[in-house]
Amino acid sequence: MASQPTAATPPRDSVNHGLRFVVAWLVLSVIATPLVVIFVGPILPPGNMTTQAHEQIYDNTWLAAVSTPVLCLVVVFLVYAFVYFRAPKGGALVDGPPLREHAGIQVVWIVITSVTVLMLAAFGTYQLLQNGSGGGQGPSPVAVPAGASHNLAVQVIGQQWEWTFRYPSFGGVETHELVLPQHTSVTLHVTSLDVVHSFWAYQLGVKADANPGTDNVAYVQTRGPGTFQIRCAELCGLFHGYMFSTGRVVSATQFQSWAKTQEAIYKTIAKYVPPYAKTYICPAAGTSPTCSPQPTLRGG
Amino acid sequence: MTAVTAPLRPPIWRRLVGFNLLTGIVLGIGGWYVGWFGAHAVVGPSLDYFGDVDYNELSVFMAYIGGVVGFLIGLGFLNYPARRLLGYPPSLREKETGGWARYFGLCTDHKVVGIQYLWGIGLFFFIGGLNAMLIRFELLRPTHQVFSGGTYLTLVGMHGTMMMGMMSSGILGPFANYLVPIMIGARRMAFPRVEALTFWLLMAAGAILTTTIFFGGFPTGWTGYEPLNVQAAAGMDCYILFFALAGISMTLLGLNMIATIVTMRAPGLTWMRLPIFVWGVLSTASLMVLAAPVLIAVLSMSALDRAAQTTFFSASGGGSNYLYENLFWVFGHPEVYILALPGFAIVLELLPVFARKPLWGYRLAVAGLLGVTLLSWMVWQHHLFVSGINGDLRPFYMLSTELISIPTGFTFICGLMTLWRGQIRFTVPMLFCLAWFFNFLLGGLSGVFLSDVPSDVTTHGSFFSMAHFHYTIMGGLVFTFFAAIYYWVPKMTGWQLNETLGKIHFWTMFVFFNSTFAPLFAIGFLNQPRRVNVYAHTLQFLNDWVSVSAFCLGTSMLIFLFNLVWSLAFVKKPALANPWASRSIEFQLPSPVPVHNFDRIPVFSSDPYGYGEGPVPQWVPAGAPAGRD
Amino acid sequence: MQVGVKLLLVAAAVAVAGVLIGFYANKLTHDANSAAYTVPVRIVNGQRVVDLKIQTVAAAGPTVSHNPDWVSYLVQTSNGVWKRLTVWDLPANATIHVTDYNFDGASGTRNPFLGRFTGTDGNRALVNGKPVDHIDPSLASHIFAVPQLGINIAFLGVPDNAKNQCGYAPCPLKTAHETIKFTFHTTTPGHYRWQCFVPCAAGWISGWGGPMQTIGYMDGFLNVKA
Repeated sequence: MASQPTAATPPRDSVNHGLRFVVAWLVLSVIATPLVVIFVGPILPPGNMTTQAHEQIYDNTWLAAVSTPVLCLVVVFLVYAFVYFRAPKGGALVDGPPLREHAGIQVVWIVITSVTVLMLAAFGTYQLLQNGSGGGQGPSPVAVPAGASHNLAVQVIGQQWEWTFRYPSFGGVETHELVLPQHTSVTLHVTSLDVVHSFWAYQLGVKADANPGTDNVAYVQTRGPGTFQIRCAELCGLFHGYMFSTGRVVSATQFQSWAKTQEAIYKTIAKYVPPYAKTYICPAAGTSPTCSPQPTLRGG
Repeated sequence: MTAVTAPLRPPIWRRLVGFNLLTGIVLGIGGWYVGWFGAHAVVGPSLDYFGDVDYNELSVFMAYIGGVVGFLIGLGFLNYPARRLLGYPPSLREKETGGWARYFGLCTDHKVVGIQYLWGIGLFFFIGGLNAMLIRFELLRPTHQVFSGGTYLTLVGMHGTMMMGMMSSGILGPFANYLVPIMIGARRMAFPRVEALTFWLLMAAGAILTTTIFFGGFPTGWTGYEPLNVQAAAGMDCYILFFALAGISMTLLGLNMIATIVTMRAPGLTWMRLPIFVWGVLSTASLMVLAAPVLIAVLSMSALDRAAQTTFFSASGGGSNYLYENLFWVFGHPEVYILALPGFAIVLELLPVFARKPLWGYRLAVAGLLGVTLLSWMVWQHHLFVSGINGDLRPFYMLSTELISIPTGFTFICGLMTLWRGQIRFTVPMLFCLAWFFNFLLGGLSGVFLSDVPSDVTTHGSFFSMAHFHYTIMGGLVFTFFAAIYYWVPKMTGWQLNETLGKIHFWTMFVFFNSTFAPLFAIGFLNQPRRVNVYAHTLQFLNDWVSVSAFCLGTSMLIFLFNLVWSLAFVKKPALANPWASRSIEFQLPSPVPVHNFDRIPVFSSDPYGYGEGPVPQWVPAGAPAGRD
Repeated sequence: MQVGVKLLLVAAAVAVAGVLIGFYANKLTHDANSAAYTVPVRIVNGQRVVDLKIQTVAAAGPTVSHNPDWVSYLVQTSNGVWKRLTVWDLPANATIHVTDYNFDGASGTRNPFLGRFTGTDGNRALVNGKPVDHIDPSLASHIFAVPQLGINIAFLGVPDNAKNQCGYAPCPLKTAHETIKFTFHTTTPGHYRWQCFVPCAAGWISGWGGPMQTIGYMDGFLNVKA
């Protein structure tokens, strides 16, 4: 058994370690936080193609700014401790001072973390309730942007393994491609024909799970024109990784002419497609007159 | 003690016959076929009722259940109940003595079970790691490379399921089983046979999951979301059985821990004198006991959906996939803390030893562990922020999720303040503990992005969340798992581990862990969803970087393995009783700890953190090997 | 134990682990269904032209599959033999004439819109010689779709009351079938997946298990090479 270390407490340091650490942390935080906001903020996702995406950048920047001092705190503390509180090499084993606790530090710590956390939650809630932040909110959304009832409605239909889209205000036309007019408020109704998918339109700042029998609503206000990537973000089987496409935000006139082309293509199949409904699969058999015929439980 | 004369060793074949692992495997295979053909015989004629299915799911389930039952019978789990039924007196003696054979059968010595767990979980940890290597190999190129889509998803699912299911018991299995009775001054666990059962159930579960590739694998990842689940081939049944058995094992393990800690503490060991590790075990165990049954229930429903065509989770049959998602995450989020909490506990347990200071803010640390335990029940819907579930509760779940930062912060402040003005020794276990601060901090800060609904819209289901939970689980749990190995294995085996190799292992692991997972935050931010084998060409450089780092990380694990084999099988340098000059009671006993731990039950007068407060109190009666009376 | 014995034991353990890992990796990588078929190229007026003949059958049959009752695509190789290969190497910037002989009955699409033909010349196909731009989605038996190229062609199913139906692959042309012909053009090289969108896996819940999620049956790849 190793000999017990001497219980001798090292003499109290002449320097005030606590003050030095706090100053070092504050200085580093004051330098690092603006740098993060100025240089990292702008490259944070997901882009500025929609109001929601823009606000997510704002959110991400805010969170990064709050995280920076926390990161600095722990890293500075560890580095400081490694430099000043390392046991001398090869020396006899010496115990440190038996500091058991310090009510003041505990209270300050609890207050600071609690305030930070409550601020973050309040900030996130405020951001969320403004316009839903582009997230799927289910069939009865709570965070509805003003004037949403006049939005352009687009249904997003996930199936293994492709996204298709329906535009109820254009006669329920269905397309393989998602095209949206610029500077327009859009309501996305995300649903699925089979398993759970997740509609992730990256640059639009939209993510909403596609569930069979559920109308998952997400709101988005487009800005300028551009292209955006759509991917499936919930594992849905063999070709999950291939379930992607590219969408476009275009000018109003381009959108009208695109819609005309799609209507022409759609015309010949229209009579077979059920009238536009919020979901393709009824939540329970026969509860809704707008539901399309049930797919058989067992195929073939 | 009676004089022991050297017994005649029977020939090797005679020693192999009996209730042990070999018999267990043989009876397990036998039971598998009994179940398989039995189910065919019973259900086969009525198959038309279920429809023309390619194979009979029922027979897959029955085969594996038969296999597990046979395995347990072969190991001898029926002997004791059978003997009691026949009127024999109770006994605690199964394999409490007797060489190497103890490790290959039902043994009621908690120290043997701990070591069994260490090797058993280690084996599956390496299989899970191998899967990760194969995943990263596939992701070297942005398109399909080696594995067809289905196989790739199976690899992803096996990696995730293996790691989650096995590593849930990663600390409690080996270390709590070994150490908790010693730390609380007891000679055994409350239910020694149950303790052995948890281990062998977990091994059976692991074997079942490994065989999924012979039944077409499973495409759902570790979450097993419905209704994709019901589309899948019979490999899915292996997933269900694995997780359900692991859940049973976890529940029993947790119950056993709680019963032991609550009822078997030695005199003087009040709640406020418990080693913080025991508090961590208690918190984790309570999560296990309450969370794992939910998993067992949801998987049973899933099994019924598959085998008996119920439609609990199919919208087209009147069910709901949200039911599955809710139930799964009711288990799933406490599960994450089942993985994280033992890491907190180990860090707080080891820091005082290597900083030579008492644990700072003991009561705050306990409050932190209990606070996380409580709050972890209130956050599960943050996995469903964009799922289309009723959104009214999102602000609540955002708040509750972020509130978890507060008790987690207690662990940080207690750990950091323990270092303050200490005499820090950078031993291998200490290095792993210090790395925890950095890793778990990054994991926690990235978790804030996921808990905030607006940023979760981008990060949810992407590589960002994948990087986040690897920082918390690998950076949090696996690093402390290694800290525990380097710290306690010399005590458990009686042999030292090589320190230089340990340091090489630590530095390579720390560097390549960060080099592997930090870029994944960026990859997720740049629009790569989880579980894809196809990604944007622009992300190839980052993905290749990650893959190469991951291979180096794998190599680092091989260094560890080499150290283990080299030190324990070849060098065999005897470990000191107290190599770290720890005040904890297990280090006041000889290495390895004698069979009955203590000759006389110790009486405690303080917690084990009195560094700088005088010599170790002599509350430990001589830890000489106990008699065999 | 002596060091030599220990070394032997460790070597044996490493060897056993190596064999197990090799077996495991082999089991995972060895996927006969992923074999590629290079479709022969003709040059017509300086243009690259490919004739791709495929058949879609209700049951793959014991000669080409370990899952004889799985629904499947087959491709005719240059020597006239039908093989169950669904990964096809095609030239870039080429004209691809596809002929499908469908021997399977209708099961209907999940999404009726997919009855509309797109991505081919004129967004049309010849169904039994007649140019059409869609079929009734409830009569669809299978779909050949390459979403990344916008291609979506539904194959008309053989009527349930047709005489002389084919049992399992390879199906001779004298059994009841529908013939679907269409032409599309490859452009840039790439790796494109194709799949069927009709839930046609008989005996599987929702018709979407087994063959629908296995390369070599109802899913495959187009390797478009420069």
